[in-house]
Amino acid sequence: MSTYVLRRLLLFVPTLVGASVLIFVLMRLVPGDIAEILVYQTGSESSTVQKRQIQQIRRELGLDRPVVIQYLDWIGGAVRGDFGQSYVQRRPVVDILKERFPRSMELAALTLLLAVVWAVPLGVVSAVRQNGPLDYLARLVSLSGLSLPLFFTGALILYGLVRIFRWLPPLEFASFTEDPVENLKQLIWPALAQAYYISAPITRLTRSQMLEVIRQDYVRTARAKGLAERAVVYRHALRNSLLPVVTFIGWWGGRLLGGLVIMEIIFVVPGMGSALIQAVSQRDYPTVQAMIFVMSLVFLLVNLAVDLLYAWLDPRIRYA
Amino acid sequence: MRAALARFVIGQPLGAAGAVVVLVLIVVALAAPALAPHGPKETGFATYVAPSREFPMGTDQVGRDVLSRVIWGARLSLYVGVVSVLFGVTLGALWGAVTGYLGGAADAGSQRVVDILMALPPIILALSLMAALGQSVNNVIVALVILLTPTAARTIRSVALGVSATPFIEAAQAAGASRTRIIFRHLIPNCMASYIVLVTTNISYAIVVEASLSFIGAGAPPDEPSWGGMLTAGIQALETAPWMVFFPGLAISLAVFGLNLLGDSIRDLTDPRLRGGLG
Repeated sequence: MSTYVLRRLLLFVPTLVGASVLIFVLMRLVPGDIAEILVYQTGSESSTVQKRQIQQIRRELGLDRPVVIQYLDWIGGAVRGDFGQSYVQRRPVVDILKERFPRSMELAALTLLLAVVWAVPLGVVSAVRQNGPLDYLARLVSLSGLSLPLFFTGALILYGLVRIFRWLPPLEFASFTEDPVENLKQLIWPALAQAYYISAPITRLTRSQMLEVIRQDYVRTARAKGLAERAVVYRHALRNSLLPVVTFIGWWGGRLLGGLVIMEIIFVVPGMGSALIQAVSQRDYPTVQAMIFVMSLVFLLVNLAVDLLYAWLDPRIRYA
Repeated sequence: MRAALARFVIGQPLGAAGAVVVLVLIVVALAAPALAPHGPKETGFATYVAPSREFPMGTDQVGRDVLSRVIWGARLSLYVGVVSVLFGVTLGALWGAVTGYLGGAADAGSQRVVDILMALPPIILALSLMAALGQSVNNVIVALVILLTPTAARTIRSVALGVSATPFIEAAQAAGASRTRIIFRHLIPNCMASYIVLVTTNISYAIVVEASLSFIGAGAPPDEPSWGGMLTAGIQALETAPWMVFFPGLAISLAVFGLNLLGDSIRDLTDPRLRGGLG
């Protein structure tokens, strides 16, 4: 166990560093830097004046230094929680993160909760009533969930809301601590849309795991000793089939971050995703870098937690 | 041939249905110039015309025929999906098979590279690649290749590790076969089943990623007939022109559904444990 955990932990840091280099290099490859954009936006002066202005802005922002130094400077700050200043919003990027991060995390948590509450029981029912009408219905629902792209489901829900409930995107975001009811009203729809999407693979996996476990000898033993069907299903079969499901849910939890970008755009949630898209279009590197870095950090942490959880739950991995 | 086809239809009815959908998709993509009543970028009709006899799927915000764009969109989706998957999965499979067989530093090093590429959520990696590369259809393919390669490398590597441990590889080594010969004549042919499964299951994934990128405004340029991009424009005008969302959305869902059904049954057929099983 300890060697496995140690190896897994040791891999975490180099992977994160590698990812940070990748993010940094990608942002340096973006054509047209911020200095040019800032100058040409105002642009009425002659080109020589503009060139000098560009030089000056580059020097102020430190863009004229070698890339390696720029990277070390950035990552050194990032470790201490300082991601520099946003070029466009003219305030520390950390402030933007502090504002946006909790919103996206709340949306992700709500999505996972809804997906699990709906998908796991559906998978169990589907397996227990294998090849019955309920099973077919459940499989059809989950297969359609897999095939409808997230942005289409989102758009359909939005259309329904707008047409039937005269719903309008909120002008201001209400945080959970301020106004829980309004907050849930704003987040429930994007959460539902994405929960429908990710519940499909969870249902399918729960079903196939249950089907496998239900044929095991110990389930037959449980039945043979006269246990009620409920106890057999929930205490013996479900518990043993949930292991891969738990790790799979964790794995999806990490990937949610990407999907949230789409949900936040459709339902006008001012979270990390919408901020990222905006920053990309404005070429606001410090913000983009910080957002992507934090997203990969969360992604890697979730993956790490999933691996450790798996090892803890399954002794076969621990000693492999 | 006929008997084999009949067996497939009877044994995998859902897969056969998927195959039909995929076939339609291919035909539409290939025959787009003949099928589409107008050009995909042709403007000049009235804007926001509701579906009618002249425009079965209506027109969009700059007066383009939605039907024509949906038809040309099939071509774009399939082109991006097939090309990126063929390159990405093939590259990844070769990489995974070779480094998996060689083992040691080559394997450990390449796995760390895979770790790093997989450290970003997929859509986010694709988004940052597109920001760096600039928006064009071919750059979407490049981004997808970079996205697909590490996953394929990891999957095929684990398959290759299993194959490497089998007696016939040992026999080939004992017989004095060169490394290259073992890799290309013995190892890779035995990884082909997984390779084919990866290709078929990833095409629908690639199509969805392309559409998602276009949807968030980071994929193909807006005038290209991408189903995802059409949906974005539609959401802006959801109340006045809902057809701009429905038809491209329906097209992509149908394509992905068909590809998933086909991919599922191909996976069942190549995995002997699932063949005729209980699942």
